[in-house]
Amino acid sequence: MTAVLEIEGLRKSYRSRRRGTRNALDGFDMWVEPGQVHGFLGPNGSGKTTTLRTLLGLIRPDGGRMRLLGHEVPADLSAVTGRVGAIVESPQFFPHFTARETLSLLATAGQVRSSRTDEVLELVGLRDRSRERVKTYSLGMKQRLAVASALLKEPRLLILDEPANGLDPGGIREMRALMRNLSDAGTTVLLSSHILAEIQLICDSVTIISLGRRVAFGPVEKVLAAHSAGTVRVRLEVVADLPAASEALTRAGFRVTREPDHLMLAGVEKAAMVTRLLAGQGLYVSELVWVDADLESVFLELTATAPAPGQSRQVDQSAKPAAVGPSSTGGWGS
Amino acid sequence: MSLYRAELRRLVLRRLTRWATVLGLAVLATVAVGVFLSNQKIDDAARARAEVAAEQDWQQQVRQSEEIRAECEQAAARGDQSGRFPRDCSGISPPPRDIFPAEQYLPATFDFRASFGGTLIAPAAILALVGFVVGSSFVGAEWNTGGMMTMLLWRPKRVTVLLTKLAALLAGLLALAVTTTVLWFGGFWLIATTRGSTEGMTAGAWQSFALTSLRGVVLVLVAAVLGFGLASLGRHTAMALGGAVGVVVVGQFGLGVLLKLTGAKFVEAWLLPTYVQAWLQKEVVLRNWQSCQVNPFGQCEPETLTLTWQHTSGLLAAGLVLILGGACWAIRRRDIS
Repeated sequence: MTAVLEIEGLRKSYRSRRRGTRNALDGFDMWVEPGQVHGFLGPNGSGKTTTLRTLLGLIRPDGGRMRLLGHEVPADLSAVTGRVGAIVESPQFFPHFTARETLSLLATAGQVRSSRTDEVLELVGLRDRSRERVKTYSLGMKQRLAVASALLKEPRLLILDEPANGLDPGGIREMRALMRNLSDAGTTVLLSSHILAEIQLICDSVTIISLGRRVAFGPVEKVLAAHSAGTVRVRLEVVADLPAASEALTRAGFRVTREPDHLMLAGVEKAAMVTRLLAGQGLYVSELVWVDADLESVFLELTATAPAPGQSRQVDQSAKPAAVGPSSTGGWGS
Repeated sequence: MSLYRAELRRLVLRRLTRWATVLGLAVLATVAVGVFLSNQKIDDAARARAEVAAEQDWQQQVRQSEEIRAECEQAAARGDQSGRFPRDCSGISPPPRDIFPAEQYLPATFDFRASFGGTLIAPAAILALVGFVVGSSFVGAEWNTGGMMTMLLWRPKRVTVLLTKLAALLAGLLALAVTTTVLWFGGFWLIATTRGSTEGMTAGAWQSFALTSLRGVVLVLVAAVLGFGLASLGRHTAMALGGAVGVVVVGQFGLGVLLKLTGAKFVEAWLLPTYVQAWLQKEVVLRNWQSCQVNPFGQCEPETLTLTWQHTSGLLAAGLVLILGGACWAIRRRDIS
């Protein structure tokens, strides 16, 4: 099946006299199939927005190959721009124009039929507020306007960077339904978000990026399954024993995450190994449960961005794989 | 074409465009009203009043000179040696009548042929300022608010987007400048008709006014392009406005002071307003009074330097190529983030 979006070995570096060279994208790969809602996840500063900007011709890549709707970009970007709707980062509009003026100007510039303006205003719920200036809008309303501007072209590929940012719970649910409807109608949606529960609910597939490289990709259930095996929750009879238990388990080679009243262990093959080890230290287990990982815990594990007690993590402190790791599923062109 | 139409509409919708236009036109209207109020039509009654005023002034001068001569003669009779009066009191004579011409006592009147050319600098200067501010804001605000990025998501050919935006700006300003110039001609023709004279207008005079106006319109467009280019280079309106302030303060006042201190010849030749003046008045003759040497007849003949509108056109062309070329290069090469 021909991919709607293909990225292979994308590289982008920023050079600074003071800070030297920083690789924002370091051989990044991505593959999105038609009709899917694809989640694009990564910690702050991991290269998500740089990827989207590069894909849309706003940033010049240092290397790699990109294709959108079967066309090489940025060389052939003009041929596909009319079929790609996008919002990148926070919605930005001229504050003194009304929403209707804003969309109408874009429609004129993009040779879109004028009645489409009313359709998208209705779709994002701004019909009754469309004659008010954008500067009077809340963040959520600006977000709706941004989505409306991206939908104006009736795109085959919709790229949304944090579309739920600032939306109220009802708005988030409406956005979820909108994306599902668009997907059902054949539009491919690439969704970048930090609301991982939303991504897990909406998306068919995901790509996770960390420090400019892909750390996982594939259908959501496969990514979860690949990282759920061997995760257990352990409670002790005496909560005060948790630090000692954590130390003993870490020494034994388990990946331990400390929570206030329990421990989460990854990489466990047999539960008996845990109970035997702790009992040997005089620490008694009151509960040991196999846990299915959610997207958030997989994300935190893959990107190594889980908060550690007493430590403040810096933006660029996340996992960087040497290459696409064994935990990944799928592959380029698969 | 659709992008051009959208940009033209965006230009007209912008508040700054509207306010700057209204403010510029208000200033020009104030100038025209001021000229109207400070001039009068010269009719027979006005000439008669001027004759009377001239005669009265002359009579008063005659009376004063007779009184002074009488005082002089009395002082001479007293043997006054104070030196307040000349030895020969017959030398004190009344002024001749012809140095009090009635024309000097006529009220100000607007002679279209003699005065209209000088007024053309007002619309050119005001609209050039409007063009610079609107031009810089038209693209600077788009960069600043992210509108340019949004537009490039729709039309990815960056240089085409920038130049289409510029074309819309220039079309809008051309319409404004031409309309204002026509109104300026009409308004001052009306002023001359009601408060002065339209006599002596020849085809040559009309041609001269038309060419001056044309150069004024070109100046407006060039100012807009420079503002637009600077704001695009800096991706912010403040870049153009700050640059303009910098040029005025450092490049003009500072340079002027420095050149005067170093005793440089033709200091004005380094200052931009001189070139604007040369552009609008066809030429400016600069004089170096430092080199003024008294010739055997006692007259000063300073060294001169003539700057013509052709010199200015070279300067403007160089500025346009540098700034607009730089803006096109920058939008093509630099990342948009």
